[in-house]
Amino acid sequence: MKATGTSRVYRIRHWSVKRSALLESFYNGFEKLIVTMHPVWKLIGYQRLEKPFAATEKLVKGVMFDCKMCGQCALSATGMSCPMNCPKNLRNGPCGGVRGNGNCEVEPDMKCVWVAAWEGSQRMSGGDEINLVQHPVDFRLKNKSSWLRVAKLKNATPETR
Amino acid sequence: MEKRNVHLSPAELLPILPGHSSPGRFERVLRAGKFAVTTELAPPDSADPAEVYERASIFDGYVDAINATDGSGAHCHMSSIAVCGLLTRAGYSPIMQISCRDRNRIAIQGEILGASAMGVSNILCLTGDGVQAGDHPQAKPVFDLDCMSLLEIGTRMRDQGSFESGRKLDHSPPVFLGAAANPFAPPLDWRPLRLAKKIAAGAQFVQTQYCYDIELLQNYMRRVRELGLHKQVYILVGVGPLASAKTAIWIRKNVPGVHIPDSVINRLSGAQNQKAEGISICIEMIQQIREIEGISGCHIMAYKQEHAVPEIVDKSGILRDRHKRPRNNND
Repeated sequence: MKATGTSRVYRIRHWSVKRSALLESFYNGFEKLIVTMHPVWKLIGYQRLEKPFAATEKLVKGVMFDCKMCGQCALSATGMSCPMNCPKNLRNGPCGGVRGNGNCEVEPDMKCVWVAAWEGSQRMSGGDEINLVQHPVDFRLKNKSSWLRVAKLKNATPETR
Repeated sequence: MEKRNVHLSPAELLPILPGHSSPGRFERVLRAGKFAVTTELAPPDSADPAEVYERASIFDGYVDAINATDGSGAHCHMSSIAVCGLLTRAGYSPIMQISCRDRNRIAIQGEILGASAMGVSNILCLTGDGVQAGDHPQAKPVFDLDCMSLLEIGTRMRDQGSFESGRKLDHSPPVFLGAAANPFAPPLDWRPLRLAKKIAAGAQFVQTQYCYDIELLQNYMRRVRELGLHKQVYILVGVGPLASAKTAIWIRKNVPGVHIPDSVINRLSGAQNQKAEGISICIEMIQQIREIEGISGCHIMAYKQEHAVPEIVDKSGILRDRHKRPRNNND
């Protein structure tokens, strides 16, 4: 579905960006929870959890952010505006083609994902993260759970990382 | 078979000076603190190398480097790596543009090595225009990387001698890395910080989008100076002659990212000879740009008006204190 100015996914996605501060504090709590539950995930087995986690993530983030399941979520660093909705898949900020009205060069009816991201980041306490360079996407992670990955990575010792 | 006359040591390859990244002339000019002039070569829709040389020869003695565009505006032309390969053979100093639109990281890293092997010293890392803008809107947009990750990968290849995968290179490419900047597109307050991000990713020089609004540029540069960025990157401001008021209106409407204020359009439409007025505006713009602290040069994009570049350079006086020298002479 194309995310033009009138579609429902588009409206919800912008609703979320407007509430970036609230979503940020919610996610920070949520992340703490899934990270501390690492022993539980380990007991059940990360691999066994992959499918139900990914399905839940796809549903929740799909509705809220029009998430494209890149598997390496950057929403905390992008003002809660999903960068994979940029037609050029830019992960590091707007291209030079942003229109005078702040809309996208490729899809003229859509507000630039990164103009939205900038506004969203200004409301967040960790909004400065938008200025960090994001590494290229690892396409092997597509459709995998980003939450589980965070839980695993944050519990990893340098040897197991 | 007829033996071809191929120059294996392009004139551009000079010894790499201490603190320099490349054996190129362009980096030397910038590091010497001279006001640099670059321009853009429109690649031909042709397999004839003579067309590349004809187009380049217009700029002989007037510019420090020539950008070879990579499918700009998402239109198909001769590839930038081929144009650069031809140019280095004849002693020119090209800036190879690489866009992320058409190739993935495997192809792009191979091209960086290949270009360097052919004597290319300067690479400009771009995201690229969307395919919808060009003559093949049915094409698949790749965008495996973005300009920022492309810069990181180029820097890594040069400084750490490895591919993105970590695999070692036998010989790393000594390239001077650049990026684009658009101080004239929203969100304006973020643009200087975005420049900082490009510097962090490895940009050593930037070339900007067309400047027709000196006030916006001054505001941008004020913030750039506050952040101290002008001391970490060489900034070349994009300029170009507008052919007429009608063209200006068309560009403003159809080319995303180009900002042309009403005052410029009014001045063009009020002129008797609009083409000459466009050139005058461009010359004045360069003179004003030169006065701004922190700007290291200008990038003249004279699409379909390439013949005007020598006149623009001469009349603006930017090379007045430089010796003109024939292209094929080594230092």
